[in-house]
This record gives sequence, C-alpha cells and structure tokens, in this order.
Amino acid sequence: MREGAGWKEIPRGGLILEPGNAVAYETGDWRTFRPVWHEDRCIQCLLCWVYCPDAAIEVKDGKVTGVDYKHCKGCGICATECPDKAHALEMVREEEAGGDG
Amino acid sequence: MGEGVGPRTAETAEGRDRAAQESAPDAAAPAASALPLPAGFRRARRKRTALTGNEAVALAMRQVEPDVVAAYPITPQTDIVQFFASFVADGRVKTEFVTVESEHSAMSAVVGASAAGARAMTATSANGLALMWEVLYIASGSRLPIVMPVVNRALSAPINIHCDHSDAMGARDSGWVQLWSEDAQEAYDNVIQAVRIAEDPRVLLPVMVCYDGFIISHALLNLEVLTDEEVKEFVGTYRPDRSLLDPDRPVTVGPLDLYDFYFEHKRQQAEAMAAARAVIPEVAAAYAALTGRSYGMMETYRLADAKAAVVVLGSAAGTARFVVDRLRREGRKAGLLKLRVFRPFPACEMADALRGLHAVAVMDRCDGFSAAGGPVFNEVRSALYGLHGERPDAARRPQGRAPNGPPLVVNVVYGLGGRDVDPGDVEAVFDLLFRHIEGEEPRGEDGAGVLSRSLRPSPNTEVHYLGVRE
Repeated sequence: MREGAGWKEIPRGGLILEPGNAVAYETGDWRTFRPVWHEDRCIQCLLCWVYCPDAAIEVKDGKVTGVDYKHCKGCGICATECPDKAHALEMVREEEAGGDG
Repeated sequence: MGEGVGPRTAETAEGRDRAAQESAPDAAAPAASALPLPAGFRRARRKRTALTGNEAVALAMRQVEPDVVAAYPITPQTDIVQFFASFVADGRVKTEFVTVESEHSAMSAVVGASAAGARAMTATSANGLALMWEVLYIASGSRLPIVMPVVNRALSAPINIHCDHSDAMGARDSGWVQLWSEDAQEAYDNVIQAVRIAEDPRVLLPVMVCYDGFIISHALLNLEVLTDEEVKEFVGTYRPDRSLLDPDRPVTVGPLDLYDFYFEHKRQQAEAMAAARAVIPEVAAAYAALTGRSYGMMETYRLADAKAAVVVLGSAAGTARFVVDRLRREGRKAGLLKLRVFRPFPACEMADALRGLHAVAVMDRCDGFSAAGGPVFNEVRSALYGLHGERPDAARRPQGRAPNGPPLVVNVVYGLGGRDVDPGDVEAVFDLLFRHIEGEEPRGEDGAGVLSRSLRPSPNTEVHYLGVRE
C-alpha cells in the first residue's frame, strides 16, 4: 500500500496482498532513547548482539559494525549488557542524538 | 391471540398487500416500500408446509448448504443446531459441521472458515450472542460475509429465556447488517436473501437474521418454501476474490493496523454498509421475481393518510397490523410502519414515510438503559430531526390540527423478557397517540381511565412502559 493512500485505493478490511512485506515496515520510529555505539571502546564481545530482542545490532564478519536504527526500538538492553569496562554503547535522548531515525 | 401467528397466519406478504388494497378505501399506497413485481409475473404454485420458525430457518440453511457451520446450542436457537446436525449426520448436506465449546469459538470458527474462502454460517441467541461480541467486530471489520440467524431472547440477569430484542440491539453497532422478521416465512426468506446481500462485492459484510424467540422460533406457521434447486440457484456459488486457501495469491487477514490506515479501513466499512442500502432492495426484487413475496427496507401499512402510527419490528408487527385494521373500521386513522432492516438504518425512507403524521409511537422491545428511550426510538426520532423547520405538504394532512414540524414521537418499551403483547396493548398505544393529537395531555398513573390498563409513563414523559406492573 502506498503511504498516505486513501480509503478508496487500499485493500478492504486490512487485507495484505503482498506476501512478506513486513520487511518494508520500519519499526524503529517509537524510540525515546537511542543506543550510540563507540567503535573505539568496543571489545567485540557481541553480548549486545546476543541480547538484542530485535536484530538491530549490525554485525559483519563476526564484528559489530553499528546499530540498525530503522528497527531498533531503544529498549536499552544492549547498553545494559555492554560490559562496564568497555561502555561502548550509551543511551542518548533522540532529540540530542539527531541524525536519521 | 398470539402476536405473529394471529391475524396473518397463512398470508404471504403479497397476499397481505393485496388484502390491504382491497380493505382500505383510502389505500393510495398501502405498501409504499413493497417492490413492484415484474411485468407478466405469474406466481408459481407452491406447496405449503407447516414449520416452526427454527425448522424453517434450518431448512433454509440446508437448502443454502454452506461449506461450514459452526454452532453452539442455546435456547431458543437450539433446535436450529439440532436440525442442522441431523442434516449433516444423514448426509443431506456436505457441510463441514464444527461442534464447538462456546459461541466465542463458534464465531471464531466461522471467521476462520470465511477467511479461508468458505460460505460459513452459525446461529445464536441472547447470551450466546453476547459471548461472541468481540468476534462480531472481527467478522465485520475483516469484511467476511457470514450469515447468522439470531433468535431474539432477553439477556441475563435475571436469567430469562423468552423473547426481547436486547441481544441483537446490543450488537447494532457491530457492523453487521440486521434483517428483522415478522414471522417464520419472513425469517426463512431473510436467510436466503441474507446470503446474497452478504456476498455482494459492494457489501461483503456479515448479516444477522433476527426473529423473535419462541413467538416465531417455536410457533408453527403454514409457509411456502422454495425447492432446493431454486435456493441453490438464487444464492449461487460463493467465489471470494481473496482467500487464505489460495496459494497462488497469498493474502494476510486481520493484520495490525494502526493510526496510519485503520481509519481508512473503517471508512470503507461505513461505505459498505451504505452500499447495502442499495443492495438489499435489489436482492429483494430478485427474490420477489422468484417467489412473489416482496420485501423492502420497511413495510408501510395504511400509513399514507394516517394521523397516528406505530413503528415496530419483529412479531409484534402482526398484532399492530390487526389493531390498525380494527381502528380503521372504527374510522380512526391509524397506520403501521414495520421496520425490516435496522442496519443499515433507512433514515431517509423513515423520514419520508412518517413526515405526514401527527403522532408516532416507536415500540422498543429493549430498554437500552440510556435513560432517554430505547434504541429504535432514538434512531427514528433522529431520522425525523431533519424535518424540523420544514413545512409538511398540507395536502397530505387530512383535517384538524396540522403541526408545522415533524410528528410528535413517543417511545413505548414493551414485551421485555417475553411479556405478551396483545391487541388491547397496542390499542392503548394508539389511544395515547390520539389523545396527544386531540390536545389532551395524558395523565400519569393516577389518571385512571385516561391511559389504558397497561401503558405507564416513566418520569421521562417521552418513554412509556407497556404492560409493566407498578
């Protein structure tokens, strides 16, 4: 369905006619805080990747490369699980973080 | 005399209309809403069969032969389920009959079956309907054309198995089309028409066929039935454009739908209900061509020149028709408006039909507990509000005081929990209306002789209780 489509042009009763289109739904728009990842402090323990209830920790070749803000809901579990000595993930208010949401 | 089985026991709608024309000297439009029969129509001779309302409805369901029926028994609907289970057990239908543990499950099963592309039906009453509540909205919101007879019964508490309309009236805003039936013949006819109304691509909404518990469901009526072939041809084959069991065109039903699209889907649903206003008379016309029995959104009886009328739905319409005839013989200009379709509500037709009257009593077999009148009353009066400030056509006013606004509208709550309503009760309602018209203020319960034996005003003077003891 086209974003902003009117009632005359959408399938009736909430039917979804396109299979697997959940990938097109960006679920990361209700964050209040966002995890900001500091590459220089990261020890690559991957605990954040293990504990993320979504799949919002981006990993390439066994190493964390960042956070998928299109799907991260800002729950803060990654920052809590990040070992204190590393403190590579910190939660920052959205309006302070700026950037793309 | 029992309502619904009294004055018109063996009459069809057509016969009734003809009788009205013959007996009413002033019958310019005795049945304004009745659809004209096609030119050259010759009524087929059909065998009459004595059936109870539930037998007639179970027969209609057998003849429709839905793909799936899931139902749970509840008085007074029980023998529909019993009869239909026999049809399945005897191999008379190929329907998949699902025995469930509750009405919530029954409605959930037919929602699933309908989403899967099946023609699906269930049936219930009273607390069974109440238990279906959340799933009623899922059926209508998902636009599933389920057909469900509702055998009207009072809601607990206190527990009561007899007729009133509080069950279906509570579901009036659930997005289901509601057809109401005066007798077993109309209940049978409504079930068959409901299938086509529900499945029309312009509608795609579930339909309730309401008829009065015991008064209609358990009383025998000599009625005319179609052949199995005629019913199958009339309802046709259900071919949904989308279904869960179509692997080539996968579809998701009932997804999360938030602030970005939910409102648009509700707007579609409102449009579908409005479209039913056009579809219901079309289906009725096709049915009239087959049977000679024509049904509109409502039926008007001796209303064209009436000064006072009652608006009623269900079996009490038969009693009211009898009383109208009796009053007419006495020279009193009484009329009747029988509402057949409550959802979609035929507001414009209602206003047109009632605009020339002086006083109208809207009969509610349900209190509604709004402290401002029953549900039918509120909708009828609301339909008339558009008449404010309009000068009615003076030519339609026979004589006497002609109010410049819409008619006086009062509410009469009656028949709760199966309390009988006899012709004397309906006459009391007309007495009240004629006293209003003649300018005599009806007095309260102390005014012995002014109000007849059974009509009691409530503190809200627009709402009267018929047949209740003080």
